[in-house]
Amino acid sequence: MSGLRILVPVKRVIDYAIKPRINKAQTGVETAGVKHSLNPFDELSIEEAVRLRERKGPIKVEDILALSAGGPKCPDVLRTAMAMGADRAFHIDVPEKGDGGPEPLTIAKMLQAVVKEQNVNLVLLGKQAIDGDQGQTGQMLAGLLGWPQTTQASKVEIKDEAGTVEVTHEVDGGVETLRAKLPMVITTDLRLNEPRYASLPNIMKAKKKPLEKKTLADLGVEDTRRLKTLKVTGMLFPVLDFISFLVLALIRFRDAEPPPRKGGGKVEDVDGLVGKLKELGAL
Amino acid sequence: MYRTQLQKALRLPRVSQHHARTVPLQARAAFSTSGRRDIMGMTGFTEEQLTVREAISHICSKFPNTYWQERDQEEKDPKEFHAALAKDGWLGIALPESLGGAGLGISEATMMMQTITQSGAGMAGAQSIHANVYATQPLAKFGSKEQLETTIPNIINGTWRTCFGVTEPNTGLETLKLKTLARKTDDGYSITGQKIWITCAQVASKMILLARTTPLEEVKKTSEGLSMFCIDIDRENPGLDLRKIKKMGGRAVDANEVFFDNYKIPANTLIGGENEGFKIILHGMNAERCLLAGEALGLGYAALEKASQYARDRVVFGRPIGQNQGVAHPLADAFMKLEAAKLATYHAARLYDTNDSSVPFHEIGVACNSAKYLAAEAAFTACERAVLAHGGMGYAMEYDVERYMRECFVPRIAPVSREMILNYVSEKVLELPRSY
Repeated sequence: MSGLRILVPVKRVIDYAIKPRINKAQTGVETAGVKHSLNPFDELSIEEAVRLRERKGPIKVEDILALSAGGPKCPDVLRTAMAMGADRAFHIDVPEKGDGGPEPLTIAKMLQAVVKEQNVNLVLLGKQAIDGDQGQTGQMLAGLLGWPQTTQASKVEIKDEAGTVEVTHEVDGGVETLRAKLPMVITTDLRLNEPRYASLPNIMKAKKKPLEKKTLADLGVEDTRRLKTLKVTGMLFPVLDFISFLVLALIRFRDAEPPPRKGGGKVEDVDGLVGKLKELGAL
Repeated sequence: MYRTQLQKALRLPRVSQHHARTVPLQARAAFSTSGRRDIMGMTGFTEEQLTVREAISHICSKFPNTYWQERDQEEKDPKEFHAALAKDGWLGIALPESLGGAGLGISEATMMMQTITQSGAGMAGAQSIHANVYATQPLAKFGSKEQLETTIPNIINGTWRTCFGVTEPNTGLETLKLKTLARKTDDGYSITGQKIWITCAQVASKMILLARTTPLEEVKKTSEGLSMFCIDIDRENPGLDLRKIKKMGGRAVDANEVFFDNYKIPANTLIGGENEGFKIILHGMNAERCLLAGEALGLGYAALEKASQYARDRVVFGRPIGQNQGVAHPLADAFMKLEAAKLATYHAARLYDTNDSSVPFHEIGVACNSAKYLAAEAAFTACERAVLAHGGMGYAMEYDVERYMRECFVPRIAPVSREMILNYVSEKVLELPRSY
């Protein structure tokens, strides 16, 4: 394989530290005048692409293309991505209609077109955007392309020049290591890396990197909607947030391995067994 | 949308790892995820200024108020902070790209300094890098090729820190009367004299020094006979003595009396031509006023944010104290003063950066001096009212406003007093007879 051509789709979302407010019409959250930044999971993807280049593995990184679909402010996050190390960027201009933007399938089709057009052989996506929380785009894209995919990666390693890739992801009670061959789709998870802050010289350089504007029509994709948002309400979220926080806290503070099992006891005969079972309340 | 708690959980480790090295445990709680909006009006800034603000805020978030409280109390240099800014190239913000800088202007550098003080770092944070940003300006403009190639990259990457040696005990405002003498020797100069209020001299390895190469008695005009040098600070040399000054605020950063007694320096330390020092130093003065104005603004907004937070939270007689107009109005008034000073400051910085002959030089001087004056006074008002709004707690170190209060005297006094600015405006703008 000649070189890695990486596509990193990124999304501009309400900053992770801001508490979103539901709009009056209950159709979505208030976005006007709210601080936005690069989706944290996408930050991980960009960082990983840049690290793949810096690691100088068996396959050289030839190109890192950042892409974002959305309104006129999208270039902000693309500049951030380029300041972190992406080589160039596409801004797919999608007018803001206050409907939460294109659905995952539309985005996946758009990415499919870009992959073909730009001869991409690795797509690194955040596992989800923290605004819509759909977590579908990566999987749909792999399906459309017919490529192997590994989701929620916590480690990515290019093993050889033939394009063998090993990806680790965290599962209940441990880690699972998967092997696949390029071209492929990888979605990224929290513990993959620690994204860097862009340095001033790199911020300045990013201003001069190419940023191309395109439309969905240029890529032959139509923005059709299959879903309609009926209502967005706030009441349940704090509870759900709290539950997810608890679960996460448990995972974070639990040891990587489950506690060791205690050895079983031996019984002499049937009477002993019955006695033991009674003692444990099983009978 | 499960962002809040999840995001907190996912981001905290990234921050606390840094904390583990630099600050005590309690600092972790200082990482705020409440995401209150900025009280300062953010419209009208350029894209570059906003980029700078965002990036600097990120770095500063690793250095919470507790870090600065501790450094202030222990009088310990915030070297990690200087290193963090140097690592990402921020010290070269206003240096030309050809020398490894970012080629931005004073408008952006002012925003950087404001963001630093506003983060809670205060004047201590600003002063730990201040001279590296502005004292390098004359060096970059007038230095020899050799000086630029050896010095500037090392200052930008943080290997060398620099300080600025101009002020003398008996010639605070009368820069032209300064007495420190650089006597010519066979292979360079020998310096004898005294400097005072030299910030960071204890930790710097370089000093941009202004000294007299022709004695005062022998020059026709007082602005003649001064020369500028970029010298090494060799603490082992018996000809150099540094004495730390105990001071009111910004205690993390050292300020010193510096004594030179036949301190030998090589000839290649001279910046520009001999006896041209005053012309060279003038170049940096207006820039310094803008940076100081920005630093004052940041301090004022930081104090006001703390005060309004406290006035919302503190309940007396069954309601938040901020509901009382006696508490609210002084804060609202302080806010308006800061906003006005902000406009003056960024206007001055823009004029300085315009750098075309359509703007008369004295207009830049008036704008930069006015900005420094207004911002320092607005910051003082905000800090004082913030302390008072906190009541007894305003006197406690834990609430930070007392630290801001102590520090806000720096931009009121330095680099030029309020009175001298008023004199300058009276004379240059109002055409009133000179009083001194």
